Order: sequence, then structure tokens, then C-alpha cells
Amino acid sequence: MSSPPAETFTVAVEKDNWTGKIRERALKALPPDRLLPDRQPAYVASWSYVFGALSIAAFAVVLLSGAVLAVEGPAWWHKSNVGLFVNSIHLWSTELFFMFMVVHLWVKFLMAAWRGRRKATWITGVVAFVISIGAAFTGYLSQQNFDSEWIGTQAKDGINSTGAGAFWNVLNFGQMLMWHIVLLPGLVALVVGLHVLLVRRRGVVPPFAPTETQLARAGLTLAVAVPGVASVPVSQEPAEPLPTSQPVSNEPSAITPPPDPTPTPEAPQPELPQALSWNLPEDES
Amino acid sequence: MLAALVHLGGTGKYIHWGVVQISLANLIIIAVMLVMLVAAIVVPFPKHETRRK
Repeated sequence: MSSPPAETFTVAVEKDNWTGKIRERALKALPPDRLLPDRQPAYVASWSYVFGALSIAAFAVVLLSGAVLAVEGPAWWHKSNVGLFVNSIHLWSTELFFMFMVVHLWVKFLMAAWRGRRKATWITGVVAFVISIGAAFTGYLSQQNFDSEWIGTQAKDGINSTGAGAFWNVLNFGQMLMWHIVLLPGLVALVVGLHVLLVRRRGVVPPFAPTETQLARAGLTLAVAVPGVASVPVSQEPAEPLPTSQPVSNEPSAITPPPDPTPTPEAPQPELPQALSWNLPEDES
Repeated sequence: MLAALVHLGGTGKYIHWGVVQISLANLIIIAVMLVMLVAAIVVPFPKHETRRK
């Protein structure tokens, strides 16, 4: 009996096999050039876009130092000099993780970063932040010193008042340690990973479009794409006022003029400064 | 060395302002985060030579 042609076999795997279907969907949602891009829009060249990556870098140090602490154990991190040092690395990387995450949150809130079908990105960021608080709290409870005892006894009444104390006992050291080193770090890593994949899928959020006043100060006007109407060319002296009945969206797809089949060669085309260019990868919105 | 400058084992210092009570350490951290936020917006980002194929 002869085997089927290779081409037939490949098609059958892609259409009928669940791994093929998952691969097909994953490649469609996140093609390699979007998953690991080597270029970013011009507006990303700003310190305000750095804090997400800084948060992940600090989180990596938290995980690495925590792994070293887990290998050596409490006696080591309480008594030896190297243990105390790694313990301090674990604490301060956590402090930096939260500081960078809070600044990241402030920046993204001020930018309304949920624009352009990025709601899931925003929500996963919030969930990662909340789970991280739980991970840090169980870390304080796992110190095995008077500080952790005091925090546990102070926290138990608050936790009991929510009803969660029935199955989540902050005075149960073993339970808190397992949550701190197994469940919560895994959850944070999972949600942060999902958050990053969503950022790759939807792209980083662009800045708000400049107002007409800001453009006028720069000696520019905005080319507005109106459905059914030829695009208004960018010019320094507009012949007539811009249509105000059409709301100007903050989305780059709405403010990037489409290809004009009948361009006006006489229209002056001033060079846009870097901050005013919106050459984005196509959003799937 | 840092412990000689800041006594980390002592009682924490708290700021009282009406009903608001906050530890000095937390207040400093919030101030540092606000400084980082303003700096991230104001400080220009270093430019690189773009690599082109």
C-alpha cells in the first residue's frame, strides 16, 4: 500500500488536526514579524514608553532571586551574608517592580491606553497589578521573622471579615509560602505574558492626535480622511476651514490619509516633524 | 554603609496631616514615582542612528 502524497498529507493536518488549527490561528493573530518586531513607530522613542519593559526586567530579577532563595532556604537567607544580600535583592527588585508598574499605569491612564481595541490589554495589566499585590503580601508573610508575625496577626481580621479567611489563612505559614512561591508568581507570569502578547497583537498605543490649535502653532493642518470625499492635503495655508462636523478620532487609521487617486501636485507638502507622524502598523480594529 | 546614614532598625517616622497619616518611607516613594513620571515626559529620549538594510 502506497502512502498518500506529501501535499495531501500536509493539507489534512492543517485542516483537521487540532494542533494545526491552533498553529494556524496563532500565526494569523501573531505573525512572527509582529510577535518579535525589529522596528517601532517613531513616537515610541520616549521615556514614557519604557516603564512596561522596566517592570518586566524587575520582575525577572524578582523571579531569579526568589529561585536562589528557594534553593538555599530560610536559615541561609537569615544568617549568611550572601543570603542576606540575595534576600535584599529580592526585596528591592520587588520595590522597583511596583514603582515601575505604578508609573507605567499612570502613563497609560493619562494616554487612555485602552483606545483602539486595547481594552483587553488594559484589563490584563490591571489584573497583573492586583495579583502582584497578593504575591508581595504573601512574601511579607513568608519572611519568618517578627515583622511577618505582626503583619499576619494584623491582617487576619481584615481577611476574615471578607470571608476568605475560611480557606485562606494568613497565619498558616506553609499555605502562605506555597501561594508565594508557586501559585501567585505563576499567575503573575501568565497574565504578564498574556499582556505582552496583547501589546504585540494590538501594537503600542499612539499618542493623542494634536488639536488644531497645536497644529496651527506648528504651521500645519491635519489631513482628515472623510469617507466618500477626497483627502484634504496637508498644507500650511488651508484654502477653507477643516470640516468640523466629522469628529477627528484619535486612531491613526482615521487620520492617515488614504491613497489619493487624483493627487494635486501643486499642493505644498511640508515635512512633518517626527512627533507628528503616525506611520503605524495596521491595526486590526 | 547605608545603615549608618539611615537607621533601618528603628521606629518608623509618620507624617500626620489631619485624617491623613502616611509613613515617611511611603511618602518618599510616592514622590520618587511622581518625579519619574514628570521626567519620563520631559526628558528627551536619546536618538540612535537608524540601521537600514
